[in-house]
Amino acid sequence: MKLDTAHFPANAAAALANPRLQSALAKLPGGLVAQRRAAVAAVPEFEALREEARAIRDATLSDLANHLEAFEAKATAMGSHVHWAVDAAEARLKISDVCRSANARLVIKGKSMVTEEIGLNAHLEGNGIDVVESDLGEYIIQKRGEAPSHIIAPAIHLTEADVEADFRSYHTHLNPDRTLGTPESLVAEARAVLRQKFLTADVGITGANFLISETGSSIIVTNEGNGDLTQILPRVHIVVATIDKVVPTLDQAITLLRVLARSATGQDMTAYTTIATGPRRADDLDGPSECHIVLIDNGRTEMLSSGMREALRCIRCGACMNHCPVYNAIGGHAYGWVYPGPIGAVLTPALLGITETSHLPNASTFCGSCETVCPVKIPLVSLMRSWRDRAHDQGPRTRTARLWSGTWAYAATRPALYHLLARFGIAIASAFGRRKGHFRTLPFPRGWLKHRDLPAPQGRTFQQLWKETERGVPR
Amino acid sequence: MPSPRAGLFVTCLVDLMRPSVGFAAARLIEAAGCTVVVPDRQTCCGQPAYNSGDRATTKTLALQTIRAFTDCDYVVVPSGSCAAMLKVHFPHLFASEPDLETEARAFAAKVHELCTFLTNICPIGKVPGRYSGRVTYHDSCSGLRELGIKSAPRRLLSTVDGLQLTEMPEAEACCGFGGLFAEKYANISNAILTRKTDNAATVDADLILAGDLGCLMNMAGKLTRNGHPLACRHVAEILAGELTDPPIGHATVATP
Repeated sequence: MKLDTAHFPANAAAALANPRLQSALAKLPGGLVAQRRAAVAAVPEFEALREEARAIRDATLSDLANHLEAFEAKATAMGSHVHWAVDAAEARLKISDVCRSANARLVIKGKSMVTEEIGLNAHLEGNGIDVVESDLGEYIIQKRGEAPSHIIAPAIHLTEADVEADFRSYHTHLNPDRTLGTPESLVAEARAVLRQKFLTADVGITGANFLISETGSSIIVTNEGNGDLTQILPRVHIVVATIDKVVPTLDQAITLLRVLARSATGQDMTAYTTIATGPRRADDLDGPSECHIVLIDNGRTEMLSSGMREALRCIRCGACMNHCPVYNAIGGHAYGWVYPGPIGAVLTPALLGITETSHLPNASTFCGSCETVCPVKIPLVSLMRSWRDRAHDQGPRTRTARLWSGTWAYAATRPALYHLLARFGIAIASAFGRRKGHFRTLPFPRGWLKHRDLPAPQGRTFQQLWKETERGVPR
Repeated sequence: MPSPRAGLFVTCLVDLMRPSVGFAAARLIEAAGCTVVVPDRQTCCGQPAYNSGDRATTKTLALQTIRAFTDCDYVVVPSGSCAAMLKVHFPHLFASEPDLETEARAFAAKVHELCTFLTNICPIGKVPGRYSGRVTYHDSCSGLRELGIKSAPRRLLSTVDGLQLTEMPEAEACCGFGGLFAEKYANISNAILTRKTDNAATVDADLILAGDLGCLMNMAGKLTRNGHPLACRHVAEILAGELTDPPIGHATVATP
């Protein structure tokens, strides 16, 4: 996917000025946020579960190579072909090789963020293979030529009216006078269109929520059942996953599932939780005849040792973005890459470098809401701050910023000078501002004053008044 | 037995913009039985540098602050955000320098946010302030999520004669300040702030109170810009009855 993080301020401005997007985003607090709150309140041991989930992820990540090798051995024993890919290019190549040897002309896909990360659809289409997304949200945005704006609700930036209009323009083979005013009718129409694709697809590609070492299985969770059809009906099933998805045991995966759905959609469990283990066996009723698992590194190994390991705990629930005031204000597209919100602000610089992505960890109030809801307790604020440290070490962006911060730091670390400057500065500022109590126009801070007044100082500094009034007898 | 020495960490915003909060805090700490001292080697907690990635300046400011308060039994801070910086983040800054880390931890143990100090450390009982009016309370992010400040200000406010507290919707939601964020990403900040002040305006209150001057200046600036009658004050001003100065961002009322 094309990186557009350098234009974050312009993208955010456009998002704020987009009334359609704003009306879609306005549903988040009463939707996913309220649903999570209710689901968590119904489980008294939820905090303990979060701690357990964190511990499972940390223990796995600290011995990742062994768990991956165990997974490879078991998956191979169960009849799957395991492929390793160092980066996105190798992953794309391995996947298209499997498709080519299957003579694939149509690929159907379940929702998968890693395939967005590696730009799989464009690559397959460039190789003459049709790709159809089967998750309703992904199907909608694929038709629109858009990227997902949320990791679990890819079309969350759209309203029902948008989808109805889209369906009328794409599905021209259907009766133009049909009724399409409800979510149910939209789902029914997508289902009918997609059913044909499921039956004719040669290859089904899914992601994986977890890979289980002890059984060699992949687990996906969906609410539409599209993932099941994607991995069962076509001749060939390809699982695409990054190496951090591995979990040692099924029991541990169950713990993670308990926090995943509650954090994501406020469900106890998703409608479908599907465990796939190898290709169809002799006595199976259905299933693919070939199963391939493509394990992708694409920067994860480096994250393990670069102070960003905790971000790899992520189980992709999306709670951090649902609860983020910045995400709620601008939506996912403004972030300019695959993963938006707080986890995106940590992950994107880790995968693509901080130089072009430095807006992301900076565009946060550090309110910490994300950390309080993260089911695996990723210290998102600390990790964003750590990216700010690294961005700072590469030199402040503008000369003005350097001048301001340098002057302030010089004075703040010299208390006597600081208090002297403060006395004069505040005396001048209050002389101009005291009558009205605030400033409406000033040469700076421009951003602040564009939207709000700057309260004027009361007149003298506290330090000055305290010294003049003999220890605490005010005025 | 001599009364404990409580050092007031004024915070840079209170020092520069609103000394009345500092005097209110001092009065409350004294009412709680402490002797208040204000070391003049203090400037800023270092958060602007810390959150901009300038570790070197942050550490210099941290040591300067720690050493300014060596002769104090307590360090009391009228800001959840600055208190969290002193109490939670200072020790992390020196993770690779054991001696300094020990010093930072010992310092952190003495640090308390004002409302928590008055409820849990040196309980004040009934506060001196009186206020006949309706208020609503904004939970500032750092205080709430890093220090768990939620009930302390409300418990103290419940002892103010005449005061009626009504909770606003989404009281725990960020106000969009975020330090330099409000300047660097001004329009996103504005969207978050607008939601905050809209929520506050839905309740029948004439004052928004909070424990952090940054959030208060942010909200007050929005309200005065919109000509909204809702005003903002630091919770310490109400608790101490320090109401001579007009609310934040409001004009001085001419005295006859």
